Amino acid sequence: MSAVEQDAVIQATRRDVLKGGAVLTVAMWLPTGAVRANEADVSKAGTFVPNAFVRIDQDSTVTVLSKHVEMGQGSYTGLATIVAEELDADWNQIRVEGAPADAKLYNNFAFGPFQGTGGSTAIANSYDQLKQAGATARAMLVTAAANRWGVPANEITIASGVLQHKSGKSARFGELVADASKLPVPTDVKPKDPSAYNRIGKSAPRVDSRAKSTGKAIFTQDFKLPGMLTAVVAHPPRFGGKVKSFDASKAKQIKGVKAVVAFETPARAGVAVVATDFWSAKKGRDALSIEWDESNAFKQSSDEMLKEYRELTRQPGDIAKQEGDVEQAFASAARTFEATYEFPYLAHAAMEPMNCVVQIGQSSCEIWNGEQFQTADQMAVAKLLGISPKDVKINQLYAGGSFGRRANPLSDYVVETAAIAKAMGTTDPVKLVWTREDDMRAGFYRPMYVHWLKAGVDAQGKIIAWQHRIVGQSITRGTLFASQGKIDATSVEGAQNLPYQIPNLQVELHTTEPKVPVLWWRSVGSTHTAFATECFLDDIARETRQDPYQLRRALLAKHPRHLAVLDLVAEKSGWKKKRAADEIYGLALHESFNSVVGQVAKLKKTPNGPKLVSVVCAVDCGIAVNPNIVAMQMESGIGYGLSAALMGAVTLKEGRVEQGNFDDYPVLRINEMPAVETHIVPSKNKPTGVGEPGTPVIAPALANALAQIDGKPVRVLPLSAQGVKLA
Amino acid sequence: MITLDINGQKLQTDAEPDTPLLWVLRDHLGMTGSKFGCGKALCGACTVHIDGNATRSCVLPVAAVASSKITTIEAVGQSKVGKAVQDAWIAEDVPQCGYCQSGQIMSATALLATNSKPTDADIDAAMAGNVCRCATYVRIRAAIKRAAGTLTT
Repeated sequence: MSAVEQDAVIQATRRDVLKGGAVLTVAMWLPTGAVRANEADVSKAGTFVPNAFVRIDQDSTVTVLSKHVEMGQGSYTGLATIVAEELDADWNQIRVEGAPADAKLYNNFAFGPFQGTGGSTAIANSYDQLKQAGATARAMLVTAAANRWGVPANEITIASGVLQHKSGKSARFGELVADASKLPVPTDVKPKDPSAYNRIGKSAPRVDSRAKSTGKAIFTQDFKLPGMLTAVVAHPPRFGGKVKSFDASKAKQIKGVKAVVAFETPARAGVAVVATDFWSAKKGRDALSIEWDESNAFKQSSDEMLKEYRELTRQPGDIAKQEGDVEQAFASAARTFEATYEFPYLAHAAMEPMNCVVQIGQSSCEIWNGEQFQTADQMAVAKLLGISPKDVKINQLYAGGSFGRRANPLSDYVVETAAIAKAMGTTDPVKLVWTREDDMRAGFYRPMYVHWLKAGVDAQGKIIAWQHRIVGQSITRGTLFASQGKIDATSVEGAQNLPYQIPNLQVELHTTEPKVPVLWWRSVGSTHTAFATECFLDDIARETRQDPYQLRRALLAKHPRHLAVLDLVAEKSGWKKKRAADEIYGLALHESFNSVVGQVAKLKKTPNGPKLVSVVCAVDCGIAVNPNIVAMQMESGIGYGLSAALMGAVTLKEGRVEQGNFDDYPVLRINEMPAVETHIVPSKNKPTGVGEPGTPVIAPALANALAQIDGKPVRVLPLSAQGVKLA
Repeated sequence: MITLDINGQKLQTDAEPDTPLLWVLRDHLGMTGSKFGCGKALCGACTVHIDGNATRSCVLPVAAVASSKITTIEAVGQSKVGKAVQDAWIAEDVPQCGYCQSGQIMSATALLATNSKPTDADIDAAMAGNVCRCATYVRIRAAIKRAAGTLTT
């Protein structure tokens, strides 16, 4: 049983967050002796806490402290697998707890001196760290046993959580906890070589399946404190709107309503009704009469914006990548091709609408949240309250999905909760609960983009030039994560690093700045660049009568990982075999978050239109720590990407978001989900991401299949907006 | 005061009669296994059994179910079918974020209680009202079939 369901959120002595400023430090990855339990107080009486990631109780329970949120991606299971491997623990003695917010102990190496989860980095950035943490704990247990038994340490083995010596002596971890706690923490322990792995690379069940199959897992939505009040908010109908005035008299007459307060944060303004429970607060919110100041509000429609974006694709953008000379190559090309691709705004629409619990104390603040961005949230709340970030304590809970939404550089919903609690002027804990409509209309979307591509081929059909122009908003501009210079890396990732060998290559970017809040959305830039590049490549293949698989193969000579994935997905899908007349296969390949994913979408023609029967997926993610989790993430990424491709779109009419719930923002349902089979390329390389890389590949794989039916390429998403529906 | 029959217990609530059953369960009675996802019976995260039928509790005024037998995720495992479904969910490692899974399990249990050998089409029909944004649908289908197998042997 996982610990988190019991809400065993640990108390930490927090230290200065980001002390040392914005310098990126990728040092200090294992807290050594001096750091131990007194630094991050993750200890409990009578336990052995060799470092900030492992705690062993007298009953032999091994608790792994996860610096990363569990939002579905399997981080708790994967991280625990690494520790269990080094300890040779039994899987049943492992539990996982969310670590406290402490950027010094728990920073994400991919982010620098910053704690947070994202970019499919949880396993990748923790792998060495947790190997070391587990190996150190193991060495201390072995030393304790060697001392007690009077035998050399190197004669002691561990299997399934039991230390053994050939003399017949044996002990469970718990029996050695007291002795091990007294030992100095060694700093020179060598973790296992991958050739000695017993557990990594083999599937183990998730640590959270039981809690999540019995209703016992505690999400923010479920968290309750004595005296806690619930806040339901009214947000401005347009982005950038402010509260001019409001009349709360009717709201205050509703039973259970305690207060009505206005708030303003860097993300938005609004009015909150705070009540004893959700339903009373919601009735109060619905009874508010608010006059909005829309003098600076965003009033454009997405249709108008699209026209402007299309216009921009005809003008040169800022250069993101330039190799050779595309203009010259086009002039000498036997044929050229052009295509424009359009992508709408997308909502994350996690199952759990955004929410947060905040309690403000005397110059301190405590937060309970499915917390994805600890360091940013500590700083934002500290700034609002005029306290030190270290006095913002964050308790980790399960997140009911996120897909990027809970990692917000503006800390929007977290700081909104704190602003409401502050406006209350009491120490009553406040839970902010957004309705589905609040969640969907609050912005922070995957940006709308338009891409224009042009390619030239020689007489043999070989691609000699490729020009790719991208128009859309930057996710990172104005945040801590902004790129240096004009080119936002997240807008061009997947295009700028096109793996295909083309001698003349140019990628350009127009960054637009409408006041629509945007954010990373599962697989970020690849959500659109993979589609544009992989569909355009198939267009060229179709027009030049080349096999899409062979065309890619010929361009990937310098990318062995891509080639291996491509070959594996071709082999497993039977790409080269003869297909039945009603079977159509579409292929796509893409690298994101240092993993390479290839997918073949298998369509079957039916009287009701094409049906997506199955998807064959191949992935190179380095060492697959837990292949079961890798497969789950490929299935999930395919479903999430497919949902957007088929029917996802947020549109604006005169600045108002037109969607609000699952009726007008439909999402994938079970009858629309294909079968999925996942194949993992064997690898000795360190683990890379799996949470996101499955997502961007399905849309182009599907589109490349659909284009073969009538020769018409898919260039606008979602498919539903084009009247395309699958059976 | 309204008296409710929940999971075989008589429980009283002073919630306003128009309060949806979901919020009575969650905020008044402390039973948080049933989840809030949409508030409009569109996603199924709030699914409970009313007299054995899978029902969306987010749009169901509590006053309407005062004379009904209500079962929630907290007690569904006490029935043979509910236990089989939960065991199958764990065996297939269905949950990812897990937020929708209480509702999925309630819908699947109601399906298997009346149809011990559902076809893929039966599963689609019974489960299409339950959204999973992690798209665990492949494993939901497998778990329902696994549970069906354990119940018929």
